[in-house]
Amino acid sequence: MSTTVTELDKVKTGRWSGGRSPFNVEYGKIMMWFFLTSDAFTFSAFLIYYGTQRFAHITWPDPDKVFQSIPFVADYGYPLVFVGIMTFILIMSSVTMVLAVEAGHRNAKKEVVWWMIATIIGGLTFVGCQALEWTHLHHQGFWWGSIPGQEGVSPDVALAPYFTKEISEVAALQFANLFFTITGFHGFHVSIGILLNIIILGMTLAGTFERRGSYLMVEKVGLYWHFVDLVWVFVFTFFYLV
Amino acid sequence: MASQHHDHTASHDEGQHHEGMSKGKIWRVFFYLLALTALEFFIALVLVHGGYVSKGLAVNTVYIVLTLVKAYYIVAYFMHLKFETFGFIMSVSIVFLFIIYFIVLMLTEGGYLNTHYNPSPFWPNP
Repeated sequence: MSTTVTELDKVKTGRWSGGRSPFNVEYGKIMMWFFLTSDAFTFSAFLIYYGTQRFAHITWPDPDKVFQSIPFVADYGYPLVFVGIMTFILIMSSVTMVLAVEAGHRNAKKEVVWWMIATIIGGLTFVGCQALEWTHLHHQGFWWGSIPGQEGVSPDVALAPYFTKEISEVAALQFANLFFTITGFHGFHVSIGILLNIIILGMTLAGTFERRGSYLMVEKVGLYWHFVDLVWVFVFTFFYLV
Repeated sequence: MASQHHDHTASHDEGQHHEGMSKGKIWRVFFYLLALTALEFFIALVLVHGGYVSKGLAVNTVYIVLTLVKAYYIVAYFMHLKFETFGFIMSVSIVFLFIIYFIVLMLTEGGYLNTHYNPSPFWPNP
């Protein structure tokens, strides 16, 4: 009887040969990544449409002139300052989220709780700031399908404060629609993130992860939270800087 | 019970390739992100508003490069993607080639509309 093992009978040890997780990533986490990839496509589509509209118009509202208020401080004269504060808040809450994940790896329940609370406060502050900015723009006359101006006032006069180059009603309208749609969709994501963070905080407090022996759920929700931050980095560049 | 065991195994596996993200490293990445954002504000508020440079292709390219670097730091370190296996990194990132193609496609289309329809009296523009 031959003792040689044929190729077919050999025990396979490759990454994809079975018996182990080829990516070494837990199922739920993979699914979160794939969801985020598809969500990134949605946001990309929005921002690319914004770019297309900008390219299709001779002129475009100047973001430095549209966004120059600091709520409760000044109505105009401070371009980018308020959005800078918002960006800082969101980056900060991303950091507290990573710190919660890091504490989770050490099974340090108390630290996870505190970092999660910090993250939730950061998220709420960001959404609050966005609400203030929306209110300000709405008072100026910007909304879905509407731009500053009233009966008897020529659009050239009403829109003059928002343009550096030529004035265009169509461009202003596109800008208003896209601003509220894109920041609204992002704000919706932040709100969902806050809700998920609150659920995770509740589960941590209830000791669910302690009993499971793993804080992997914190990591999965963390991925979503960082994604929201990531999207803001792009929204910030394309709406406020460029 | 089964899921408990599964989660435990997963967290054990993770522990091995996530040791790279210590508290110190997290704060270091945070300061990189802060510095890059500060640089963007410096360009926007000091250089552009001060009249040293004017908004245009060059400044926008700098903004976009800085944005992409920030995105890299968030995805690679905060989302731990850098520490995953090569196959997994590819499975979530290679599809963005389509997005690059889509950007080129749509911006070309926008430019076409600008140059071809704006002179037309039927195009409500500017």
